Amino acid sequence: MDVTFSVNGDRVRLDVEPRRTLADALREDCGLTGTHLGCEHGVCGACTVLVDGEPVRGCLMFAVQADGTSLTTVEGLEGQDGELHPLQEAFVTHHGLQCGFCTPGMLMSALHLLDTEPDPGRQKIREEMSGNICRCTGYQGIVDAITAAAGAMAGDDGQDQ
Amino acid sequence: MKCAPFDYIRASSVAEVVTTLAGCDGDGKILAGGQSLVPVLALRMARPSVLVDINRIAGIASVRPAGGAVEVGALTRHSALAAQAHHPLLAEAAKWIGHTAIRTRGTTGGSIAHADPAAELPVVAVATGATVSIAGPGGTRTTTADELFIGALTTSLADDEMITAITFPQPARWGFAEFARRHGDFALVTAVVTEIGGTVRITLGGVASIPVRATQAETVLAGGGTACAAAAAAAAEINPIPDLHGPAPFRRAITAEMVRRALAQAGID
Repeated sequence: MDVTFSVNGDRVRLDVEPRRTLADALREDCGLTGTHLGCEHGVCGACTVLVDGEPVRGCLMFAVQADGTSLTTVEGLEGQDGELHPLQEAFVTHHGLQCGFCTPGMLMSALHLLDTEPDPGRQKIREEMSGNICRCTGYQGIVDAITAAAGAMAGDDGQDQ
Repeated sequence: MKCAPFDYIRASSVAEVVTTLAGCDGDGKILAGGQSLVPVLALRMARPSVLVDINRIAGIASVRPAGGAVEVGALTRHSALAAQAHHPLLAEAAKWIGHTAIRTRGTTGGSIAHADPAAELPVVAVATGATVSIAGPGGTRTTTADELFIGALTTSLADDEMITAITFPQPARWGFAEFARRHGDFALVTAVVTEIGGTVRITLGGVASIPVRATQAETVLAGGGTACAAAAAAAAEINPIPDLHGPAPFRRAITAEMVRRALAQAGID
């Protein structure tokens, strides 16, 4: 089936089987392997991408359903000159990752959180990030990173807690 | 962990859904939010040959007051249900469903049709005495939540029928309490207290194959008993199934506590 959508601003046209998940289409057909697949049944959150600005499990949506939508993946976070997004900087600084497998999903969920709530408290961050599972960090670094990124994106130096 | 192949039909009207399903000989499934169906397909617990996608059908995703009730279109996302102010109990229940990235896709009609005994919306449907609008080959019909849920993941819907809307009566007062091991998980126990037509109902999810009324606890309350006595009655009258998430005594204890909390939230002590 033909499907057309935009990924990080680029128009993409694919011919996919209906059973192709959006996450698989991004990885296999678009070559955007930043989106990771962990459980493939909607539990782990690693495949989270934004569909028209809303976070979605990329493994629970078929690519054909994304026809006409605008998608944002972790590759869309970098700046024009390839610089890291403030969220990515904060994850580096605050040990928000170790193996990095869950990080793309963490970043996309956090991006949506900060888009909708620029100054979330730690409790709100924990609640919103509860749909993304990490097996390395113990989550403290992730909460620290998002707290710092919120400050950085609001114009602070990003160091205050 | 990949779905078996299927034919994909993107329906543009409810009539097209019904016609398509009728032509599938029981081997077609409606794809709404996909948050329960797609995992089932990925695990190959089901392999329908046709999926009928209803996500592009216009006019079935609204939430609107209708007399003393609120009519929720089948395609209403959980995130929209959580954000609406017409029916505070529904908004509260929707906030407990999964996680943000689940709520942006999952739908009211899908949750009701999936009939998971531990899901939030089926409990609220029974608690409020909701009516379900259904389209089928012979036209439309309505049924009650009580008649819709007949077993775990099983409803009285025919293979070629589609839920188009659910009408949830507005309770005079309500309480909602849920316990899950992890934030966003399906409930171990959900207790919903509703006052409908002057009668206080206590409805439980997660303790049986379908949402159930704790009728003995309701009788205790109606007879002037305390919330604690009603909570104890609710814990005694259920027959919880022990599994790796908790033995029966634990489930009874959690049930009593959730009933107590829901009653307290409804202002009953």
